[in-house]
Amino acid sequence: MSRQEVLVDADWVAAHGTDDNVVLIEVDEDTTAYDGGHIAGAIKLDWKKDLQDPIRRDFVNQEQFEKLLSERGVGNDDTVVLYGGNNNWFAAYAYWYFKLYGHEKALLLDGGRKKWELDARELSTETVTRPATSYQASPPNTDIRAFRDEVVAAIGLKSMVDVRSPDEYAGRLLAPAHLPQEQSQRGGHIPTAVNVPWSKAANDDGTFKSDDELKKIYSQAGVDWDGDIIAYCRIGERSAHTWFVLQELLGQKNVKNYDGSWTEYGSLVGVPVAIGDEPGTN
Amino acid sequence: MCGATQGGLSVAGIDVTKEAVIQGRVLRSGQPAGSAYVRLLDATGEFTAEVPTSATGHFRFFAGDGEWTLRTLAPGASVDRVVKATRGSVTEIDIELEAAAKAV
Repeated sequence: MSRQEVLVDADWVAAHGTDDNVVLIEVDEDTTAYDGGHIAGAIKLDWKKDLQDPIRRDFVNQEQFEKLLSERGVGNDDTVVLYGGNNNWFAAYAYWYFKLYGHEKALLLDGGRKKWELDARELSTETVTRPATSYQASPPNTDIRAFRDEVVAAIGLKSMVDVRSPDEYAGRLLAPAHLPQEQSQRGGHIPTAVNVPWSKAANDDGTFKSDDELKKIYSQAGVDWDGDIIAYCRIGERSAHTWFVLQELLGQKNVKNYDGSWTEYGSLVGVPVAIGDEPGTN
Repeated sequence: MCGATQGGLSVAGIDVTKEAVIQGRVLRSGQPAGSAYVRLLDATGEFTAEVPTSATGHFRFFAGDGEWTLRTLAPGASVDRVVKATRGSVTEIDIELEAAAKAV
């Protein structure tokens, strides 16, 4: 992968957003954002209602994903352009789903909703509906998804990148600071995981930094480019952003997103936890 | 700084004894700025969180004890303000975009 194959800018979206084979999809944490105004022609995916299983803690399975995209009018051959708030956290998370279920042509809008707004570009409140399709998803590609046992086994052996803020990594905060801090799990991080906040990969306006800058950031943090890499955060959406950076922008082939992340790991009985600013030992 | 100012967000439903709340409004010429983004940076300048302002210009963070920087981004403006947060209290701040833009 290279940047041109996975990222588009706002000018591209303005020119091609309503092309026949292009589907713009907004994915937000604040799901009311779309209703207040979205890029013309964009449909919405609700990261919680649409992308999570309603009962078990897991995301939608292959059949659920097929049903969702068929209903929303997304075709297998469509070029899907994802964007959203929170510097594209949830758009990157949805992008990771599309890749997990084998969608070929998926792109992120660089800078997401924020850059679009800061550039004072137009938003539309028109209702968007698309004719239904018969979407076929592939079985989940677990080459890009890590589960807890694999993460516990990776301590001290594989590069793990905790992409939360330094205060969350150290255990001083339990959630990103736009959310209340009371949580059930313990604070801290997986021992030997290095801390590279997702935000290091982005400029203030939400666009990604250059490949050279990105490579340097993770190299300096001690990421082993020749080995497997696992990224995690609190619930897997910020680490999907970092997964996108490592695998899709920088072309690493051995990167997994641990979407169970700290809300799972920090609640496990008997696993080691490191607190403070240092990675700790295994 | 810790007292609620006019127009402050209601803290009903929040256990403020356990949270270090930083909240306030972003204003442009005294009017609420609804299309702004407020970034919370820690004492080392590292990003910690970001929220878009509401239609009434309001924002809120749940921080920790200590000094924080609020970096506000809006079309044509970027403003930094330093605030102190303390667990058990609500820090209120109004951020005026125009005044800061003139000061640059």
